[in-house]
Amino acid sequence: MAVAQQAGLRATIRPRDGFRTVTTVVSLVAPLVLVAIVLVVGSSALPAIRHFGADFLTSRAWNPVKEHFGALPFIYGTLVTSFLALAMALPVGIGVAIFLAEQSAARVRGAIGVGVELLAAIPSVVYGIWGLYVLAPWLLVHVSRPLAERFGAIPILAGPARQTNLLIASIVLAVMVLPTLSSISRDVIKAVPGGMREASVALGATWWETMSQVVLPAARAGIFGAAVLALGRALGETIAVTMVIGNRVDIPSSLLFPAYTLASAIANEFNEATGTLYPAALIELGLVLMLVTLTVNVLALLLVRSVSREARV
Amino acid sequence: MGMGLRMTRNRRRLLANMLARGAMWLMACIALLPLSLLLIYTVANGLPALTHLEFFTNVERPVGIPGAGVAHAFVGTVIMVGVASLMAIPVGVVSGIQLVEYGTGRLGDLVRLACDVLVGIPSIVIGLFIFSLLVAPFHSHSALSASAALAVLMLPVVVRTTESAVALVPGALREAGLALGLPRWRVGLQLILPAAVPGVVTGALLAVARAAGETAPLLFTAFGNRFMNFDPTKAMAALPLIVFHDALTPYPDLVQTAWGAALVLIVLTLLVNVASRVALRRQISLAAKL
Repeated sequence: MAVAQQAGLRATIRPRDGFRTVTTVVSLVAPLVLVAIVLVVGSSALPAIRHFGADFLTSRAWNPVKEHFGALPFIYGTLVTSFLALAMALPVGIGVAIFLAEQSAARVRGAIGVGVELLAAIPSVVYGIWGLYVLAPWLLVHVSRPLAERFGAIPILAGPARQTNLLIASIVLAVMVLPTLSSISRDVIKAVPGGMREASVALGATWWETMSQVVLPAARAGIFGAAVLALGRALGETIAVTMVIGNRVDIPSSLLFPAYTLASAIANEFNEATGTLYPAALIELGLVLMLVTLTVNVLALLLVRSVSREARV
Repeated sequence: MGMGLRMTRNRRRLLANMLARGAMWLMACIALLPLSLLLIYTVANGLPALTHLEFFTNVERPVGIPGAGVAHAFVGTVIMVGVASLMAIPVGVVSGIQLVEYGTGRLGDLVRLACDVLVGIPSIVIGLFIFSLLVAPFHSHSALSASAALAVLMLPVVVRTTESAVALVPGALREAGLALGLPRWRVGLQLILPAAVPGVVTGALLAVARAAGETAPLLFTAFGNRFMNFDPTKAMAALPLIVFHDALTPYPDLVQTAWGAALVLIVLTLLVNVASRVALRRQISLAAKL
């Protein structure tokens, strides 16, 4: 009753606002597109979902001729490259973030900041061609082969090393997620209240003690959020990985062997996929990829938001 | 003795401090290494292709015949990104204004969340989505479908950057307009939006740069084309597609074309990026003046 009264009151005070109606309808395009993506991709994958059921996720088979399809090799390749990339990018990304948040020399800070942001502007396909023709041959001679020769007894470094493999895909991905990692971490570190820093310095702590025992612990959740966001980017990255991972349907134990990812399988095979089951299986790979990245991204958003909310208080 | 112990302990603390600072500098330098290597090698490998003027005027040639160019891909990228901008930018700008003017409630949060999630969806999945929606039903690859896919990628970027640009406009400007009795649409479009134009341009340029460099959403939509094509309902070439396809062939002259196209692409995206930075600086000084 009271609510209805209040609403009636509001309506009499506020004149009809056509602008509000029109802009609100337009602003619904983004959420509607999101829903449409989930529905369309989901329904296009239906033939494969019906045919293979849950086995799709655990099967290692990928035989377009016999129409046996399983996602396990692609899930493996995607997870290994993404987590390895994150592990490599994390120390550098946090180092850069601390540098950008703390370094007082504005010119040096600006140069590094712009440089890292330009990394984000470079198209994925350029990373791909550079990885394929510059990084891969160099890595093979100077890193992969020596590693395999010296530590080949360890399964993850077993030889013979190939030019395109899981390791180089991870390195390229690490470079590509670095901007995400460092720019968000920088914002989070900057959001830590200055009073905490000052209190720590006033107690006689060195700069590093302040960073490692006060600032970074306070920013921990946000940095974790940045890492998860970077993971989401790495999971979905397509073209650069497709060009350097070797594209072989396999679950290799060695990082020096070629493999495949969800995204690169779609990129390579979708245009050649005939029949109904083969394209549907590829779309189901896309569905798996989308659901994983959606979960990861929402988790990251919640983490980053919780930190910036704390900082605002 | 206690004094001596404290001295060594302090020395150790200072040493750790210096090491940590050194590590920070080291990480910053490591971060710049791949960028410099990437730029150096792309210029070195791409420049030879660009020295022939035919590279900008001709279309692709069969392997072994000199004089191959990427004019068709250049035209294709401009057309597809242009049409995508026409789809995404108006919708994105209006959504961004809505978020600032009315977006305090749950609906606004929903739109913001949708945009943040949309940014994170892999571009290859957007390619699959548009393929199922706009390519499969018409049995034809088309530049229009590619534009739609690129527009989906651009939309959230435009919305969020417009929102932050419009939010920078001082509230007094809005209140002044409303106090003069202007209707909300005139306040929004004729007062607030002009004050936020440089920021909106920043966002639009960032979105254009992102779209121009994307390959994955074009694979199943634009598909690529060896010939010059202006018909948006047919398959069309694009610079990123040329890089992707030609780089993976075993023919040196095609690989050379791929490097050339990669260099053109890098120059284009970096130019647009620099332009967006200039626009951003202008927005900040404009907001300070208001």
